[in-house]
Formats: sequence, C-alpha cells, structure tokens
Amino acid sequence: MSNEWPLWEVFIRGQHGLSHRHVGSLHAPDADMAIKNARDVYTRRNEGVSIWVVEARHIAATAPGDKGPLFEPSESKVYRHPTFFDIPDEVGHM
Amino acid sequence: MYAQMIKTARSGVKTREEMTEQERAFQDKIDADIKIEPRDWMPDDYRATLIRQIGQHAHSEVVGQLPEGNWITRAPTLERKAILLAKVQDEAGHGLYLYSAAETLGESRDELVRLLHEGRMKYSSIFNYPTLNWADIGAVGWLVDGAAIVNQVALQRTSYGPYARAMVRICKEESFHARQGYHAMMKMALGSPEQRKMAQDALNRLWFPAMMMFGPHDSESTHSEQSMAWKIKVKSNDELRQQFVDQTIPQIEYLGLELPEPGIKWNEDRGHYDFSDPDWSEFMDVLRGNGPCNVDRMNARRKAWDDGEWVRDGLLEHARKKAARAVAAE
Amino acid sequence: MVRDDFLFEYLLRLGDNTLILGHRVSEWCGHAPVLEEDIALANTALDMIGQTQMWLGLAAEVEGKGRNADALAFTRDVWDFRNLLLVEMPNGDFGQTLMRQFLFDAFHSILLGRLMTSSDTRIAGIAAKASKEVSYHLERSAETVVGLGDGTEQSHERMQAALDYLWPYVGEAFIGDTVDAEMVAAGIAPDPASLRAEFDEIVTRVFAEATLKLPESRFAHKGGKTGNFHTEHLGHLISTLQWLQRAYPGCTW
Repeated sequence: MSNEWPLWEVFIRGQHGLSHRHVGSLHAPDADMAIKNARDVYTRRNEGVSIWVVEARHIAATAPGDKGPLFEPSESKVYRHPTFFDIPDEVGHM
Repeated sequence: MYAQMIKTARSGVKTREEMTEQERAFQDKIDADIKIEPRDWMPDDYRATLIRQIGQHAHSEVVGQLPEGNWITRAPTLERKAILLAKVQDEAGHGLYLYSAAETLGESRDELVRLLHEGRMKYSSIFNYPTLNWADIGAVGWLVDGAAIVNQVALQRTSYGPYARAMVRICKEESFHARQGYHAMMKMALGSPEQRKMAQDALNRLWFPAMMMFGPHDSESTHSEQSMAWKIKVKSNDELRQQFVDQTIPQIEYLGLELPEPGIKWNEDRGHYDFSDPDWSEFMDVLRGNGPCNVDRMNARRKAWDDGEWVRDGLLEHARKKAARAVAAE
Repeated sequence: MVRDDFLFEYLLRLGDNTLILGHRVSEWCGHAPVLEEDIALANTALDMIGQTQMWLGLAAEVEGKGRNADALAFTRDVWDFRNLLLVEMPNGDFGQTLMRQFLFDAFHSILLGRLMTSSDTRIAGIAAKASKEVSYHLERSAETVVGLGDGTEQSHERMQAALDYLWPYVGEAFIGDTVDAEMVAAGIAPDPASLRAEFDEIVTRVFAEATLKLPESRFAHKGGKTGNFHTEHLGHLISTLQWLQRAYPGCTW
C-alpha cells in the first residue's frame, strides 16, 4: 500500500458573508490534520475566516465532454437575466 | 529559469495538416487563450512536458529553501530573521502549490520527489551556488527572485489552468521577496566598509549564475518551439534575460556598487543594455551535477526525506487506527 | 510597586524562552519530513520570534539603559540568559522537537492565560496576543504527539524516548524563586507552582491518548531561568545567533 498521505482540496471563506472558494490542495493523514495544514499553508497572509477540506477522491465532477449538454442549454434562457427586460426609466430602480 | 532546459517531449511542431482532429481542436483552444483544465483531452506530449516543467519548478522552490535557509539562524536582527524565515517558508509553500498543479496531471508528489532524489529530475542551476556572506541573502532575494519573477509573471498566462493559477498565487506572494532583498542590500551597500564589501562580493559572485537562470541562448535552445506553440513557455530565454538586465542595472547604480562585469554598457541603438555571456561550460557542468553545491543540496533533501519517513508513516498509521476505531464504534 | 530590576529579570525569562525555542524551531526550515510540516514549523517559529520582539522590547524599556530587543538578543552572554533549560535542548529527531514543543506549549499556554489578567497592562496586552498563537501551537503539537505516539511501533518508541529524555527538564518551569515571589506580590504574574496541576492534567490526558508512559520521577534539572546553570547546548546556539552582531558591532542591518 502506498504510504503517501491522501490529497485534500481546500476551500476558504475569505471574509464573512462570502462563499467558500477553492484555493488549492495539500496532503494530510486525516481530516483534522488537513484542516490544520490548510490553516498553516493557505492562510499565512490572513486570507480566511473559515476552512473546508474534502478528500480529493470524494469530489464528483462533470466530465469535459458533458460541457455541451450540461451548460449550453442555459445559454439560450436569456430571460433569466435581468437585462433581458426593458423597463422604462420612469418606473425607477427595479 | 526555475525550469531550465526542459526537453519538450516531441521535436518539431506539427503543422495543422499533420494534426489529428483532436489535436487541432486542442491547438485552437490554446490559440484562443482558453485554458486547458485537468480533465480536458490533451496530447500525451503536452502532459509529459508539463509534468517535467512544473515538477522541475517545484523542485527548484524546495531545493531553493536550502541556500537561504543557510542563514536563518545567523540573521543579524530579530526582524531580519523573521523576514527571511517567512520568505523561505513561502518557497516551501510555492513548491507545494506547484506539486499540487503537477498532481492534477496524474503524477503524485511522492513520485516526483523520488525522481528528484534518484537524479532523474533537475532543479534550477542557481541553487547549486553557495550563500557565503549575509549580503548573499539580500542578493538572492533581489537578483534570483527578481529573475524568477520576470519569468513567473509571464507564466501567469501559461495555457494549463492549474499551473497558471499557481503562478498567480505565487507572483502575489513573491512581490515582497525581491523588495526585502533589495532593502537588505541597501543597508549593506550604504553601511560600513565591511558591509559594502560583503554587498559587492555577493553581487559579483551571483551575477553570472543569475544570468544562467534564463537558460541558453534561443539559438541553442532546441526545445522551445513546441513549448511556445503550446503556451507552456510564454517568452524566450533571451527576451527574459534582456528584460532582467535592463531592470537591474539602474538598481545596481542606485546602490553605488560597481557593475559586476565590464561588458555591461547602455546601447543607444538597441535601447537596451549590452552584457557579456556567462561561461556556458560552467552552466553545463552545474547541470551535470558539478556545481559547487550539487552534492550537498541533494544529500540534504534526501536526508530530510529519509529521516522523515517514520513521521509520515506514523501519522498515517494513526489516522488509519482512528478511522478503524470510528467504524468499530458505529 | 515592583522593583524594575525584578521586572526586567522576569521579562527576560519570558522573552528568552521564545527567543531560544523560536531559534531551535527555525533550524528545521527546509529539512522537515513533509512540506506541510515544514510550513507549519516555520509559522510556530515566526510566532515565537514576534513574541520575543514584544517581551524583550518591553524588558529593554523597563531596564531603561537605552538597549532594545536586538541588543538583548544579540549581545548578552550565556550567563545572562534566563530561558528554561527545556527550550535550549537540541532538536534531535522530529519527534524530540515536537515533544519539546508540546511540553513547552502546555506550560506556556497556561502561563499566558494567567498573564492576561496581570496588573501590568503592558504584560496583559502582550499575553493576550501571544495566547491566541500559543493555543494553536498547543493544539497542533498535542495532536502530533498523539499521532506519533499512537502510530507505528517505531514512531511510538521514538516518542517515548523523546519524553524520557526531556521529562527531567520540565519541572524547572514550576519552581518559584525571589523574582517570582515579587511578581506574585505585585499581582503581575502567577506563582509557577500554581500552574502545575493544570499542566499535569493536560499532559496526562494527551499522553494517555498517545499511549505514552509518563515517567514517574519528578527530578528536575534547574538553573536556566535563574541563569545559574545552563546546558552546554546554549553556548553553541548563541554563538550562531550572535555571530554577525559580534563580528561587526555597531552596524545597521
């Protein structure tokens, strides 16, 4: 069995109110140490208020070939975007 | 640079006609500045070349901790000690980011480390030179990090997404490295006669090794063409070297130090500084393992790795036991 | 009011502990078992260097002889140092370094917690800042001691050996003297003996989890914090630490 520590993906909330964002990866023997390592590696410059780690093998992802079917249909649904609708200036901010 | 003499895994660039449809679509994406991401299709040679380049870059960061680390315990003030330690720690971080980028291509960090320790992968020639006096620490930050950042700023636009993103993060963190080095040099160059002597000695000794960081002349660099087409390499060796010289000479003059070699002269026609070639046979010797510190550097890295084995194994074994106990308790 | 020379002496003890241990930990930079640990050790060392600047800065101010933190760190000789013997012990292997760190962190975190309510607001202020850093150090070093103690057979043996080697240097932290008594009387600092119960509680819990056996002997080497009797190791450490300042005195770096 390989004795390389598992790979973890690190997500950090930069400021209160923001979402966690993927910042990078690291190795750690378990989740507790992964969080500590993330704190030491990825918040050296005061970058975070909250950390998530997840072992890389647990991430499910879209395959590159799915790009067309998964994402292109939403391109045609322009009515989901506010700028689709012309509202007269007189109505005021909406 | 931190990745020198990277052999592109293929010689010569394929014409569009020679490419398969997949290869053409790939090249189109690169030409349109669309980033390649880990799960996207990519030519095997692109993957292999990137692993080599990113791996060598990562090794350079980690081996690069050693020459500067050599002075952490001898830094002359508490503040200088903290600055130097934070800087060398950043290099470890940069190595980690880069190994992570290489891992997205399917090569584990442990495997890359093994290849380094077996002498099958290289790191930048510059780290095979010693740091002999305290001004070397200033000079390394100023010249070596200064040279590196010229290259790394360009690499933020490299075609492989994870590599480009690592570069963005690294460049952001590196911005203080060259400045702290120059600041330390200023104190020395404008200090006592002995400090000035240290500063001049460091500049003279590290100048040509810094020039070598950019690699051989474009005319000698046979593997660049494909890497440029793939945007793994963004600017040529000679372009980057000239850019570095042009930005550094005025900084030397500000310090009031003598220029490190007589060939440096402003060339009005070119609008650039002329400068002498480093001794390229010395460069080749260093790459072959015969630099002043090659053996010591590799011994230090192997020792750290070997001595650390029981620690890595111990903590992993504990994690397994803990997980097994958690399952048993359910 | 406490006499300035007692207060100066007490502040040296605080600052020299972090100076010497910070130096020791910084020796690891570039040589740790894995990059993540290399980076974490550097963070610990950086925190301790920062704490040193604050404690020795205040010591120099209290002394009132125009010295600063650097003058205290870089121009005193071995007999002037007031750190615990524990922190000057060599790094040894990674296990010995982490065991030393844990033993010191456990003591240090309790001490800083008490210093936060010091009658001297300058001390309380520094302690409040340092205490946050040291709580994390303790969490990390304790977790590593547990992981290695309860890891492989080899890691367990090495951690037990580290504990057996370092244990006789622990007791000194809890032995009071005249300086301590003056601090207690002025409400500046706690009686060191009063920290022992909480310390024992922490180490007993962590070593149980780490499956390590606490040595029975309470024998304690002493002389570090009074400056009477350091180990041979300290002289080598400070000759490295101070070399540039000694060889080229009076320069600005």
